[in-house]
Amino acid sequence: MSAPADAALSQLREQVLAAVASGTPLCIRGGGTKDFLGEARVGEVLDLRGVAGVVDYDPSELVITARAGTPLALIEALLAERGQHLAFEPPSFGADSTIGGVVAAGLAGPRRGSVGGVRDFVLGAHLLAVNGEVLRFGGRVMKNVAGFDLSRLFCGSLGVLGPLVELSLKVLPMPAVECTLEFELSAAAAVVAFNRWSRLPLPLSATSWFDGRARVRLSGVAPALEAACVSLGGRVLSGDESRCWWDDLRHYRLAFHANRAPLWRLSLPATAAPLALSGTGLIEWAGALRWLRTDEEPARVRAVVAAAGGSAACWYAPAGQPMFDVLPPAALALQRRLKAAFDPQALFSRGRLVVGL
Amino acid sequence: MPTSPPVALSDRSLRRDEVVAALRAVLPVDALLASPEELTPYECDGLSALRQVPLAVALPHTEDQVAAVLRCCRRLAVPVVARGAGTGLSGGALPHGDGIVLSLARLNGILALDPEAGTACVQPGVRNLAISEAAAPFGLYYAPDPSSQIACTIGGNVAENSGGVHCLKYGLTLHNVLAVRGYTMDGEEIICGGAAPEGPGLDLFPVVIGSEGLLLVIVEITVRLLPRPASARVVMASFDDVGRACDSVTAIIAAGIIPAGLEMMDRGATAAVEPFCRAGYDLTAAAILLIESDGTPIEVEDEIQRVSAIVRGAGAIAVAVSGSEAERLRFWSGRKNAFPAAGRISPDYYCMDGTIPRKHLARVLDEIRGLEQRYGLRCINVFHAGDGNLHPLILFDANAPGEWDRAEQFGTDILELCVALGGTITGEHGVGAEKIGSMCSQFTDGERAAFAAVKAAFDPAGLLNPAKLIPTLHRCAEYGRQRVHAGQLPFPELERF
Ligand SMILES: Cc1cc2nc3c(=O)[nH]c(=O)nc-3n(C[C@H](O)[C@H](O)[C@H](O)COP(=O)(O)OP(=O)(O)OC[C@H]3O[C@@H](n4cnc5c(N)ncnc54)[C@H](O)[C@@H]3O)c2cc1C
Repeated sequence: MSAPADAALSQLREQVLAAVASGTPLCIRGGGTKDFLGEARVGEVLDLRGVAGVVDYDPSELVITARAGTPLALIEALLAERGQHLAFEPPSFGADSTIGGVVAAGLAGPRRGSVGGVRDFVLGAHLLAVNGEVLRFGGRVMKNVAGFDLSRLFCGSLGVLGPLVELSLKVLPMPAVECTLEFELSAAAAVVAFNRWSRLPLPLSATSWFDGRARVRLSGVAPALEAACVSLGGRVLSGDESRCWWDDLRHYRLAFHANRAPLWRLSLPATAAPLALSGTGLIEWAGALRWLRTDEEPARVRAVVAAAGGSAACWYAPAGQPMFDVLPPAALALQRRLKAAFDPQALFSRGRLVVGL
Repeated sequence: MPTSPPVALSDRSLRRDEVVAALRAVLPVDALLASPEELTPYECDGLSALRQVPLAVALPHTEDQVAAVLRCCRRLAVPVVARGAGTGLSGGALPHGDGIVLSLARLNGILALDPEAGTACVQPGVRNLAISEAAAPFGLYYAPDPSSQIACTIGGNVAENSGGVHCLKYGLTLHNVLAVRGYTMDGEEIICGGAAPEGPGLDLFPVVIGSEGLLLVIVEITVRLLPRPASARVVMASFDDVGRACDSVTAIIAAGIIPAGLEMMDRGATAAVEPFCRAGYDLTAAAILLIESDGTPIEVEDEIQRVSAIVRGAGAIAVAVSGSEAERLRFWSGRKNAFPAAGRISPDYYCMDGTIPRKHLARVLDEIRGLEQRYGLRCINVFHAGDGNLHPLILFDANAPGEWDRAEQFGTDILELCVALGGTITGEHGVGAEKIGSMCSQFTDGERAAFAAVKAAFDPAGLLNPAKLIPTLHRCAEYGRQRVHAGQLPFPELERF
């Protein structure tokens, strides 16, 4: 470890031990770009930014290991130099976004529908435990089934199990070529088409529907893309237009995202029929992620989505509305026992991930 | 070491009678086995060196019966070991002497197959291959393909997070399952994951996958089905030097290629399989690589060209590309039959499963040759080179005095080496009962305590597959003593990772 990172880790350890001794709740924070995510934040800030730096990156191993406070931008630049990337395309909400925050938030971008989410790329994680020890789960190899797979449990945990201090992620080669096809389709027809195409051996790497336009990104080697373009038809977007669209979609930079009127992020089975909810939408992941801007009653939105087998997160919430669905009592009880296994005093990110945890 | 007084045989049979009577009350007659001859087939899994006869075996037909068995055993504090097909290689389904085996083999229905969504919802006793067979008419398949796929169950695959030759490109069980439903020891139903990609709260799914039957008894699994690639071809490259074969593996990945499969066999392995598979392997080669490309014919052609150039550049002495489906299957036949072949050339074999960073492949194979000398046992290597997942097969004769002990020591040394090089003691076969000692070298007391705490959150009474996966402190002290006593702390020159 580098000296500044070592010092930062010792400092962090002292803060944790002091908080444990005094029973002070802690709010784990990286670059703070995702402060808006989750329920209300409580407690003294535990700042992970100092625990930074790439520990190991060997492109032929397809693994990068970095301390949690390492900026996402730095990691992506390093990978890009070697023609690799984080295939789950995490959104960055600003230059300060850290890799620890990416994993703790568990958000993935357009490629989620075809290559998997954050969880699918985490290979190992180090956790600073309440007794000050650093616990190492998983590792730096592709296949590892020794012990429970706890490193992946931390994905999307928003810190409720404690601070992550180091992560190992699987990386992949960047596709040689990408292109985007566009079709004029209704939302319902687009979801049907996306799912039909997903069942065919096509090099699909992302799908979206917005404002009457369905877009499909293809990634791979040039001859395969040419063949797929011929078989799918549609209008081919220019390279710039294509890159801008998927980048803006990935980083939530469309005008649609900027509008602060109530917005819902709905996670659904991809083939779910159109929901009986009014509003305007944006569809990703072949229908598995549907954004909805609506004035419908929150309780009704949640009920309709639950009935369709999904869950609803209120992205821009009307005041007093929790972001995520609440857990049924039995599930909450198990999650509480699990949290207690790591954080018996419930000091870390209390209540942030889900009400009552 | 505090020893508990030996349980008198009569105590055990009294207990057995009590447990059997209680289970009879919740199960139909044909769903409970209790006579010695009926129990024998269940006394071990694929790791036959470890054996234990259970009190009884429950073979429920329905999910309600599974839940009833669990509640009954919970009430009587009887350990429960879930079992699929019993092909596991780490003693995961090894019975507990005071407990029962809960076989899920009869829950073997494919409940739904949705070609539009590309999913299948199946019961745990469905065989891995049966899923792909059911999906074939729709041009779909289930990607993870352990070599045991004709026999092993999807429930066992989920419990072990099993891999196969294609997981380099298509991922492990974890990446190909969407949802799992099961029961805790208390008979409480738990659902993890779902057809929707995100849900509220902690994501328990990855903890349950690969949990080796310690957290839940799984009764339903939703898997993802992929479109069958339009074509697949395999490159067979022969090398006169193991190091050069290993370098090729790294070079292929470094060139930005993720082949569908990237497997290696050393000369010992090709020599074992060739006489009865006639796969056409070059028996003079020190090692061969099998590199599969799949996708559209254009993609495959492109990748085959690039792979062939790389292996030639890395010094392959011969390169052959499958020209037909029959030839592709022939190239693979030797690899797929390597374990049975080991069984033909030796009375017994012990299959290891460590994973290491790819760059250390040559080093480890070299060390293994040294260990062959040290233990006076042969070891052949056939493995998932692309993932760095080794499968050294240690050949021994269980009837020759001391050979099993030496094979076990040999295996433990290999695992220690994997840990020392930054790898892991198991890539896909699980810890089970077998590698419980090696868990002491891979994890600290604090890490193992975290595993135990997670187990207790799901199973406070500690009755689901107890004494597996997580060693006690006492066990680790014992393990440390044994290793030091035998003067066998290997690789002292390597800094502990
Ligand atoms: C010849 C041969 C080749 C093999 N090749 C591979 C390979 O390529 N890749 C690979 O990964 N493995 C391989 N294996 C190992 C083995 O086949 C896998 O681990 C397989 O997943 C085990 O499935 P099973 O149904 O036989 O499970 P079992 O052996 O019956 O059980 C395995 C574990 O799962 C638990 N379990 C089973 N069912 C359930 C359930 N419903 N709920 C909760 N827990 C449950 C058991 O308690 C046990 O801990 C091979 C084995 C053999 C014999």
